Amino acid sequence: MNNKLYGSLIFELSKEGRKGYSLPKNNFGDYEIPASMQRTEEAQLPECDELTVVRHYTNLSNNNFGVDTGFYPLGSCTMKYNPKINEEMAALPQFQNLHPQQPANTVKGALALVSLLERSLCELTGLAHFTFKPYAGAHGELTGLMTIDNYHRSRGDMTRKKVIVPDSAHGTNPASAAVCGLEIIEVKSLADGTVDFEDLQRIVAEQGAEIAAMMMTNPNTLGLFETRIPEIAKLIHDCGGLMYYDGANLNPMLGACRPGDMGFDVMHINLHKTFSTPHGGGGPGSGPVGVREGLQAFFPVVSPYHGNYGVMMRAYAYILSLGREHVKEVGPLATLNANYIKESLKDVYELPINTICCHEFVFDGLKDKSTGVTTMDVAKRLLDYGYHAPTIYFPLLFHESLMIEPTENESKETLDGFIAVMRQIAEEAQTDPELVKSAPHDTPIGRVDDVLAAKHPITTYKQMVNDKN
Amino acid sequence: MYKYFPHTQEDLQAMMEKAGVKTLDGLYAQIPESIRFRGDYRIPSEMSEMEVRDTFAKLGSQNEQLTCFAGYGIYDHYTPSVIPSLLQRSEFLTSYTPYQAEISQGTLHYIFEYQSMMAELTGMDISNASMYDGTTAAAEGMMMAVAAGKKQNKVLVSGTLNPKTREVLDTYALHQGIELETIAEKDGITDIDDLKAKLAQGGVAGVMVQQPNVYGIVEDYTGFAEACHDQKALFIMDSVAADLAVLKTPGEWGADIAVGDGQSLGIPMLFGGPYVGYMCCTEKLIRKMPGRIVGMTKDNRDQRAFVLTLQAREQHIRRQKATSNICSNQSLMALFVTIYLSLMGKQGMKEAARLSYAGAHYLCDELQKTGRFSLVYDQPFFNEFYVKYDGDIDTLYQRFIDAGFLGGVKFADGILFAVTEKRTKEEIDNLVKIAAL
Repeated sequence: MNNKLYGSLIFELSKEGRKGYSLPKNNFGDYEIPASMQRTEEAQLPECDELTVVRHYTNLSNNNFGVDTGFYPLGSCTMKYNPKINEEMAALPQFQNLHPQQPANTVKGALALVSLLERSLCELTGLAHFTFKPYAGAHGELTGLMTIDNYHRSRGDMTRKKVIVPDSAHGTNPASAAVCGLEIIEVKSLADGTVDFEDLQRIVAEQGAEIAAMMMTNPNTLGLFETRIPEIAKLIHDCGGLMYYDGANLNPMLGACRPGDMGFDVMHINLHKTFSTPHGGGGPGSGPVGVREGLQAFFPVVSPYHGNYGVMMRAYAYILSLGREHVKEVGPLATLNANYIKESLKDVYELPINTICCHEFVFDGLKDKSTGVTTMDVAKRLLDYGYHAPTIYFPLLFHESLMIEPTENESKETLDGFIAVMRQIAEEAQTDPELVKSAPHDTPIGRVDDVLAAKHPITTYKQMVNDKN
Repeated sequence: MYKYFPHTQEDLQAMMEKAGVKTLDGLYAQIPESIRFRGDYRIPSEMSEMEVRDTFAKLGSQNEQLTCFAGYGIYDHYTPSVIPSLLQRSEFLTSYTPYQAEISQGTLHYIFEYQSMMAELTGMDISNASMYDGTTAAAEGMMMAVAAGKKQNKVLVSGTLNPKTREVLDTYALHQGIELETIAEKDGITDIDDLKAKLAQGGVAGVMVQQPNVYGIVEDYTGFAEACHDQKALFIMDSVAADLAVLKTPGEWGADIAVGDGQSLGIPMLFGGPYVGYMCCTEKLIRKMPGRIVGMTKDNRDQRAFVLTLQAREQHIRRQKATSNICSNQSLMALFVTIYLSLMGKQGMKEAARLSYAGAHYLCDELQKTGRFSLVYDQPFFNEFYVKYDGDIDTLYQRFIDAGFLGGVKFADGILFAVTEKRTKEEIDNLVKIAAL
């Protein structure tokens, strides 16, 4: 259902003289804002009645796709189910109405939640302390790297400004290092997708004294467990560096292995991935950073209070709901789901690394590339069948990367449906490649002109109106 | 069996067979036994929903519900009922970042509206799709100025900036090798002579001020933009979003970059977050701006469509050369303020601002009438002000709490009081009665 009228821009639905609010009367007496303080040009904000606003945003939501709508096999994003009990708890007025400047003895419940969540996360990760100040995963990476930098500075060691990162790393890793004033050294991956230990040894031998840390995720961005992690950790520790764990791929480790036990000193968690808080169309997330004992003094101040507190409440409700009985089942079930899909499709999609995976794996496009149908085309065609596309063109190790992560909440029927559609698309690539190349067909809009958008950026309504004239 | 895991025994058998393992444990054969976690985590036993509700109710009951007269960057503004209702729509709440434009037009469309409204509110040309909060938006503004400047790595920051913001700036500056210098304050406002003197020393990439400042004072920034531009420095203004409905805007003051927090646009205080940072700038700085940007285009059916654009600035393309490392932002909170600004609109924003202004000035007058309070600085303020008290502040503050009020924020030797459109005359009169005791 999509009513075109309400799908207009809110400014196009605005009419002078309409109002969508009610405020109390001003009975404070004669206090006028001095003209000298005031803006000369009014803000051109909409004037709409309440129903129009409601219809507009309701209709917009109909053009969107959420986890509640359908399967979202986005590798590296962990699009798991967002439980509604979490939402109910985060909406409690006894928390909603708290100003963060309220004295500690008047917010004992709010503070208790922070420390209870911290203890749970310590237990699940094998680390000793957490800070909740980071607002998102990338913010957590930055916070973790700053912690490491602060640690080295405290020892008077100002030469350690390099961070080793696998060439398969997510873009936020090098970007976060750059924001922290650190330089990246890439270590190569072997053909099996894991860190090339010999290349790592070479790097450490050449530049060991300048290494602040090694930053990696485990399982890595190909969904493969780095089995040499104890040796890697020892190598880095021996040269004076610290080990940083990117928690984006923590989901399969719940019930299997703890980053602290792997040898990591610092890590961040994405609460909006592993701990079921909703992605919200791109945030808010939460990226708490954990450290082994002794590093907590080096936490930087990256935000004023407790970060995205409402997100933390959701994560805590999730941990309480699962309890010790079921948190340890998350990893195995997510991993089983991923391997099930991989084994069911590897005859039609190219599986560059044919081995058991963790929670996600990568196809390098269709096996048969002669049709010219690309990963992009497959992704767009999936939308026609009511599935969100997997992650595409990441990691950069393969030209036609298609990274699939099914999460532990998906049923066998859902996975079978996805597998059947993926097989269908592979067949369409043979019998009717143009259909796939011009997909999607059944979505609110078709493929967009990215080039036009970047060449001539129109990013506000005002620019749009001026552009027409 | 568990309500979030659909796997039956039958499912597990069939799937394990396909996956090529005999047990679930077999999936982790490659993990060295020495680091393999076995057994149970020492966390509480699973809870039913009823028990979760009970746990949170107990925690909630340990939080005192106080009538808020505190500000300090975070304000108790009214939340329209429409917003929580729309935000809970799962197509917004449970959706991912809109990288697949074809099934994300809802998200992309509201971000376009958000960008439009923030640009209007700040009087600037362009906005991004949001940042984490006001303090980190300020830090990103600082970094943007340094990146845009050629080899200048100094940023001047007014002494009247909120210390919470300054602390975050200091953190980012340390690791980026940015030199921060404080512009002196005089009588509660930024000293323009000191600014000019510091600019004249050279090497300044940016100058940051706050409006209203930490004392709630509305500063006169005449001459600031000119002084900055004369020395090739960018002028950055950090403003309280809601106040811009009536106050002279960063754009009108000649700012190059406008940053701040959108929390004052009806977002619940919720003990510190989630809020929403905003960043707006002049058109010529668009390619230097961090964060996502949504642009308008057409699809292959010639329909108007929205898409993430200028992605070459971002981490997933440029990696270490990106303008920032930001990936997730506060998208759902951007939706929140977009709906807020749609409902309140042109007139409602002004009306709420006038109520806040009036309430604050009424409280200030009444407090001064008790004879025990006096404004520290003789400067114009908006809806927050800074007073001295002739008795023991801690005792006064506790008296407020005992009576159910969060009586402002203790700051240096005085108190910062803030009033919004939520505070009634009755609440203010009761606060004053306690204050006068």
